[in-house]
Amino acid sequence: MSHGPSASGGSIVAAPPHGTHHDEPHVPIFVGDRRAELDLIMSRYPSKQAALLPALWIVQDARGWVSEASMEEVANVLGITPAYVKGVTSFYTMYHQHPVGRHFIQVCTTTPCNVCGAEDVVQSLVEHSGCGDLGLTSPDGRFTIVEVECLGACGFPTPIMINNDFVESVTPESVPRILSELK
Amino acid sequence: MADVKMVNLTIEGRPVTVPDGTSILEAAKVAGVLIPHYCYHPGLPVAGVCRMCLVEVEKFPKLAPSCATTVGEGQVVHVHSPKALEARKGVLEFLLINHPLDCPICDQSGECELQDYTFAEGRADSRYREAKRFNPVEDFGGDVLYVQNRCILCTRCVRFMGDIAQEPVLNVSERGDRAFIGKADGHDLTNPWAGNVVDLCPVGALLSKDFLNKARAWELDRAATICTGCSQGCNIVAETRDNVVVRMRPRPNDQVNQYYMCEVGRAGYREFNRRDRVEQPHVRVGHALVIAEWDEAVRTASRALSGKRIVVLASANLSNEALFLLERIIAHSNGQGVFRVDTGAEVALPGANDLALRSERVANAAGARLLGFSEVTPPLATLRDGDGLLIVGEMLDGLVGADFDRAATIVHIGTTLPDVLAARAQIVLPITNTLEEEGTLTNLRGRVQRYLQAKAAPGVARPTWYVLADLLAALGGEGAYETPAQVFEALSASSQPFATLDYDALGLLGLPVLDDSTLVSDVTT
Amino acid sequence: MGYPNPSHPRETPILSKYFGDAGARTVEGWRARGGYEALQQALNTDPQELQTIVKDSGLRGRGGAGFPTGLKWSFMKPDGKIHYMLCNADESEPGTFKDREIMRWTPHGLVEGVALAAYAIYAETAYIYIRGEFTEPYKYVTQAVEDAYKAGILGANAMGSGKRLDVHVHRGAGAYICGEETALMNSLEGRRGNPRIKPPFPAVAGLFGKPTTINNVETLATVPYIIKNGAEWYKQFGRPDNTKSIGTKLFSVCGNISRPGNYEVAMGFPFKDFLYDLCGGPLVGREIKAVIPGGSSVPILTREEAEGVLMDYEGMVAAGTLLGSGGVIVFDDKQDMVRQIARLVRFYAHESCAQCTQCREGTAWTTRIMERIRDGEGTAEDLDTLLSIADNMSGKTICVLSDSCATPVVSGLKKFRHEFEAKIGANRGMVTVPNTFRASAA
Repeated sequence: MSHGPSASGGSIVAAPPHGTHHDEPHVPIFVGDRRAELDLIMSRYPSKQAALLPALWIVQDARGWVSEASMEEVANVLGITPAYVKGVTSFYTMYHQHPVGRHFIQVCTTTPCNVCGAEDVVQSLVEHSGCGDLGLTSPDGRFTIVEVECLGACGFPTPIMINNDFVESVTPESVPRILSELK
Repeated sequence: MADVKMVNLTIEGRPVTVPDGTSILEAAKVAGVLIPHYCYHPGLPVAGVCRMCLVEVEKFPKLAPSCATTVGEGQVVHVHSPKALEARKGVLEFLLINHPLDCPICDQSGECELQDYTFAEGRADSRYREAKRFNPVEDFGGDVLYVQNRCILCTRCVRFMGDIAQEPVLNVSERGDRAFIGKADGHDLTNPWAGNVVDLCPVGALLSKDFLNKARAWELDRAATICTGCSQGCNIVAETRDNVVVRMRPRPNDQVNQYYMCEVGRAGYREFNRRDRVEQPHVRVGHALVIAEWDEAVRTASRALSGKRIVVLASANLSNEALFLLERIIAHSNGQGVFRVDTGAEVALPGANDLALRSERVANAAGARLLGFSEVTPPLATLRDGDGLLIVGEMLDGLVGADFDRAATIVHIGTTLPDVLAARAQIVLPITNTLEEEGTLTNLRGRVQRYLQAKAAPGVARPTWYVLADLLAALGGEGAYETPAQVFEALSASSQPFATLDYDALGLLGLPVLDDSTLVSDVTT
Repeated sequence: MGYPNPSHPRETPILSKYFGDAGARTVEGWRARGGYEALQQALNTDPQELQTIVKDSGLRGRGGAGFPTGLKWSFMKPDGKIHYMLCNADESEPGTFKDREIMRWTPHGLVEGVALAAYAIYAETAYIYIRGEFTEPYKYVTQAVEDAYKAGILGANAMGSGKRLDVHVHRGAGAYICGEETALMNSLEGRRGNPRIKPPFPAVAGLFGKPTTINNVETLATVPYIIKNGAEWYKQFGRPDNTKSIGTKLFSVCGNISRPGNYEVAMGFPFKDFLYDLCGGPLVGREIKAVIPGGSSVPILTREEAEGVLMDYEGMVAAGTLLGSGGVIVFDDKQDMVRQIARLVRFYAHESCAQCTQCREGTAWTTRIMERIRDGEGTAEDLDTLLSIADNMSGKTICVLSDSCATPVVSGLKKFRHEFEAKIGANRGMVTVPNTFRASAA
């Protein structure tokens, strides 16, 4: 399903994988430690379905993104349908429905950061990462850069999130150094 | 019911009293006021998302969604106040900004609630100056096509699949103005009840592939009838264009099918468009069946059967009236009535009360049983040498020539002429199919339901009850009936289970027969 | 202590006292700072009494709506039913980053507050729903919960009280709307984060359909201090002429300001002093032009308006805006308000859950018009349309996201109309729609 011109842009623009290391699943996701982790999580809720977001996190942590095949695995283990899982997955912007670079960089450009020059940071990131544009993955598979709505670190403009880590007070000038440290 | 508190309120100046807990939207219906709505559907859980049904309730700080607001004692509701109208006009404008306005090529046109309410309450122009969102059409599998550009995301389809079909294969994907109705790869809309999403869709977003581009809504003639696909007896509307049935859709009946019907029922319409119909009465002269006048044919049939024990092999799709007249013929000759039932797997609609595609794939097995017919396997096992065999309707699958050998004479009253009878029947009398006549059917729960004529019969085919009344009269019985209502009157006068029923009182929703043990044994769920 | 700036003498640091103090992150560290005494004390007190204390203290919800916390708790009765305590740590209102610091520096303060609240509302189980992006707060809070279990503070016999108290941390995955309490419940239940129709309210049917109390991080982190020191103690914070706003409040300050960060002041603090004294005023050579005082969803104030405001619920309302979440966004004279409002409405268009028509379509349409005006392609007619759309979007939907999108447009057009008009006036390629085509707009 593609999407036409949208005022607000997609959460993550679909980008075909550029030699990323992510593969379709060959081994089941919920086995061994991950199964134990999920079981522990499920024990905290009165319904299995409540473990859906955590289960998707387990998938994404293991595989780098959440494919339709992965959604099907999640659906099976939680006793819900793949369509249901997909509807939920696509609601949340942090689940990657497409493969992304090894370093997935989200730049906050919402108003508080915007007034402090976030757009320049975005430009610098796109330029120095070799991604070509927002949402695309760099040819070496290292980077994917996306704009993100408010990261909740408005006092430290511009915050960026690299996978699960925050880097605060990023400036266009500090971008090359930050990127060079990411292999 | 006795304990339910009643609430009095005023809607558009009309006093109305409804049970506590009723929504304002439903209460307004009772008051004769239609509050425009999209996401609300009486058969589905309330979503409250389209915000079209906003009304002004005195003393409320904000407009209230009437679908999700329950009535309160003394409430004063304004449906058409300037504030409410302005809010709904706003919703309509929002719904249309990205809508392609392709009504001229849209199947829903003419029966589209977006069209209707826009005409009623919408703006004459649009203030939208931006590019419209565009998305491709998607095949959802099954019989369903999704035209996303027309979708208003009311989520009726999602709720139907989730809560009623209980197979959530549809979802709302993404969010904001990027949202759409989605499904998972490899999981199509093949649920045997999935076609209902097309009916539920208030706009032209979910379409039937089968019906696609066949007709404009305003070209269709519609008649209330009963589905003959199984013994559930779903209330439906048969829609015809130029005497051709093009679509069958469910007609709400809380006691039978609520708002739904299954795919088997929907697909059943083709049967009523068969072109291999017998259009004239035929009488065998020598080896050949030759066309005859009705009077002559009926007289010939009566002569052929007269004095013989008559075995009737009746279709279980025949009306109660036809079966009653057959029962008279049988009684007259000390004969026997048998019927056969096609069966298949039962497929329930889990979220609806007592609704399923029943394993008995005939419409009136219950009526046949009540009227003394019995299911015999093989169907002609009871035929004795010298019997007269009267075959009414089509139910000959699997029967071969040898099965008929004992019959001294065969009279076929049917819509078509199966090969096995073409060589054997002495007399062939053409009758109407269910959509070409009116009458009543009894469903598996013993509910007697009327069906109306939806199309004209080919040639000089006559309603089944009419032909049988003539034949009964010719055989010397009481056959002076001029309408199916008269036949039904005679039926209720002589058959205990039907005793309390009156043809007119049946209305379009039917009434149950008196409790009868023959029904109980049939109840499978 | 303050973070990232040192505490200012005019602040009243209660919640923020240990910001920047990594030693407060451990059970021992928290205990050494007086932590868990309130919980211990509470577990020996009747829940009803705790509800009364909190009610008496005048504490109001710090998440944005300002609903009296004690009153909310008092909806929960000892009815023998399963109750849930929910902590809303989905802080995502643009301009707000106070809960983040509470969780980063004083996670045990939050765990203590959550456990105490759970007990006070007759719940055995509490969930802390942390927005997905808050990886660091998630780490610290998860660790704190784990340590609290190990220390016997949580679990089957919480602090030796014989009462069961379970706290679980649940991570979101990127959706602003999950800060709306019923959307949060849906999200926690593994659904799309769609706000629910109310009624039923959470106190009747909330999480998993059970009676639920949901409070913001700051609110819950405040509770132990109130239990420990008493309602009267808490009442000392605030201005004498307004008893409706009590206590201290964390304000997050960001945008074009010299010292962005979190500041904790007593209710009723003069906004002018706050901006210029505590936060250091505008950047060198600049002037403040506008301020959004309570997170992006509240009406914009001009500098003149902002300078006259007192920082509490009523003070903000008097100025035509709201205290909201306490996220202060400062715009200086360099900023193009049209551009910034366009960016803000885009946020709402991105975050709309897609349920209600007005919000789904209205936020996107507003964005398209705003961005067209921003790009110099607006027409005079657009301004009327914007206001009309805003009206159609306000007060008509399940939640207030739609209203929140309309707010900056309406207040922006009211207060900075000249900036819009300047953009439109510069539109040389402007094409107006002839009146004849506009039919009779019914």
